[in-house]
Amino acid sequence: MRTGIFIAAVMASMLLLSAAHAASDPASEKLLKSTSDHTKFKALQQEFNSGPEVTKACLTCHTEASKQIHKTQHWKWEYRNAEGQLLGKKHVINNFCTSITTNEASCNVCHVGYGWKDDKFDFTSEVNVDCLVCHDSTGNYKKPAGLAGNVVTKAMEFPPGSGNIIKPIDLKKIAQAVGKTSRDNCGACHFYGGGGDGVKHGDMDSSLASPDKELDVHMDALGLNFACATCHMTEGHQVPGSRYAPTAQDKGDAHVRGKQRTTNPTTCQSCHGQGPHKKIAKLNDHTDKVACQTCHIPKYARGGVATKMSWDWSTAGKMWPEGKPMIRKDAKGRVIYTAAKGSFALGENVVPDYQWFNGKVIYTLFSDKVEKSDQPTRINHFEGSAGDGKSLIWPVKIMRGKQAYDPVNKRLAVVHTAGNDDTGYWTNFNWEKAIATGMASVGAPFSGKVDFLTTESTWPITHMVAPAKDALRCHDCHASGGRLEKVPGIYIPGRASDHAGWLDTAGWAVAALTLLGALVHGLVRVIVSKRNK
Amino acid sequence: MARMYIFKRFERFWHWAQAALIMFMLATGFEIHASYALFGWERAVNLHTTAAWTLIGLWLFAIFWHFTTGEWKQYIPTTRNIVAVMNYYSVGIFTGAPHPFRATQLSKHNPLQRLAYLLVKLFINPLIWVSGLLYLYYNDLAASKIAALAGLQLGSIALVHTAAAFMMLAFLIGHLYLSTTGHTPLAHIKAMITGWEDQDETIATSPSKT
Repeated sequence: MRTGIFIAAVMASMLLLSAAHAASDPASEKLLKSTSDHTKFKALQQEFNSGPEVTKACLTCHTEASKQIHKTQHWKWEYRNAEGQLLGKKHVINNFCTSITTNEASCNVCHVGYGWKDDKFDFTSEVNVDCLVCHDSTGNYKKPAGLAGNVVTKAMEFPPGSGNIIKPIDLKKIAQAVGKTSRDNCGACHFYGGGGDGVKHGDMDSSLASPDKELDVHMDALGLNFACATCHMTEGHQVPGSRYAPTAQDKGDAHVRGKQRTTNPTTCQSCHGQGPHKKIAKLNDHTDKVACQTCHIPKYARGGVATKMSWDWSTAGKMWPEGKPMIRKDAKGRVIYTAAKGSFALGENVVPDYQWFNGKVIYTLFSDKVEKSDQPTRINHFEGSAGDGKSLIWPVKIMRGKQAYDPVNKRLAVVHTAGNDDTGYWTNFNWEKAIATGMASVGAPFSGKVDFLTTESTWPITHMVAPAKDALRCHDCHASGGRLEKVPGIYIPGRASDHAGWLDTAGWAVAALTLLGALVHGLVRVIVSKRNK
Repeated sequence: MARMYIFKRFERFWHWAQAALIMFMLATGFEIHASYALFGWERAVNLHTTAAWTLIGLWLFAIFWHFTTGEWKQYIPTTRNIVAVMNYYSVGIFTGAPHPFRATQLSKHNPLQRLAYLLVKLFINPLIWVSGLLYLYYNDLAASKIAALAGLQLGSIALVHTAAAFMMLAFLIGHLYLSTTGHTPLAHIKAMITGWEDQDETIATSPSKT
């Protein structure tokens, strides 16, 4: 009985203690990470009628923000690589939607600005910078396609006469709730590259908005919960880790505070260093030849969203008998054909291709001559070899395409696809008109002839890092017909194609002959001894 | 039948331990070489590596034993009687002729054995040992200051290692067969297990006695 009272007393006092402790918790929760509460800012306590009005308000405190943005790839969509090629969305032709030129009003909803609808956009305008697309934390910020990146603050019908009403968004609320960039902010564009969820990259799609551990060990929403910027550590709005300037091999140590950081912070090594495998040290012997991603991203498009593996524009333009544009879906209900875009092949849980990569990416530009005789035309390709001392074996997605070109002038076509006008392919389904408009916009000649060219583009696979338990095992590569079967210039133990055939033949022959000799010798002994008995 | 104590305890232990390790390493080694699947590649590599270190340890003891006991002299090659022994294995063994050699503690191996084992010890074993260690430490070679090592290709190392493995395999097959050529098929094997060899009175006195 006494002990019962004692226990009750102890428990009561524990409860009291924990209550006292809990009382201090709400206070600590209130310790805001930010020193500013944007709802209290005068500049944001107004109704905004347009995006630039919000930016103007932002700039009253963040005076240098637009100047910083103006220097970024996110703003310029332009990048000159080490080989002198002028790249960036503004200039390249890819084998997805091919090119933004003449399609700005539609494509450029993903520009971090307002109003880039043609080649007259003012890249020096500070108020045209879109702060909210990256800093919205409400999830309500929307930039509808076709409006050149502008937002809608009053309900409007778009396209006009379509009966499709775009709902307005409350810019005041959104502006008062700005915060650090999240996976959703970056994902709004980067998950949907190529015109839809997961289309382009294969290792980036909406499944990464809130992934589990299996899909991405770092971004695991219930675990490490990395934002994009955790790796793409941004300073002054300069986001590092562009695929236009990739780091194929990082020989540096893990970044630590106090040491000057000069190398790309998005590499695995920038956190994990050079010898990350503690339990099985032999694995560290691979890091001079094999990129981390090769073993640790066993497959891409793993989150339930398919990626496009091929895109054939040459089949576009088919109509149903009643004259409506044709659409076809596969057994899973995924679109595999539209009259506007042609036919697609989709892939989920795709085993990557593997190749040597030294960080150098060469593009076939709009200005380059293309020949049907050397198909597939490589829209871009990764350079690298076993022996150059700079290359690692990387996982890549190879995107296969068939796209329009001018067979007389031997140039990839700039196609005017999007646009409610007389020549946009997606409304008129006429290649000649669409290409004539596209070519004219870049001042290039067009013969009037249209043909289709088989193309390939290469994309690095670097997201969707699986937990260690799901990494590749030895035999995935150390085998004949394994994942690295086609990677040249390196001896892979267990890959029979690396063996000297003569040695195997001679070796087994010698062993067999020895055995045969022994058997014959033994047989004669047996026969002779039996005869002697 | 008289018996003579030929193979000492350590010698027998060393022999059988080495035999088991070599056969195991051939089995795992050729799996690593992609000749077949048995343990699974990863396990084969781990087992092969563990067995390799065990064998290296055993060899260190064996080398020490050979030199401290003077047993290394058993492998000094001799041409004396070599023709007679060759004649025995190619003709005499079938006609029931006596073996021209009798093992003693001082001379355990006939001239052909001496040559064969010397070849294993001075050529095949070092080839396997050196190429195997280079294989194991391939990644550290490039960092070494020795140009000859830094320039070695894994493919060349593997080639030598595989070639040596084939030699060992051929030796093993021949050795296994010849172990059955005693006065009974199991006589030599029994001697290797117990240390005691039957001395068949009908065979000639060893002329190779020194």
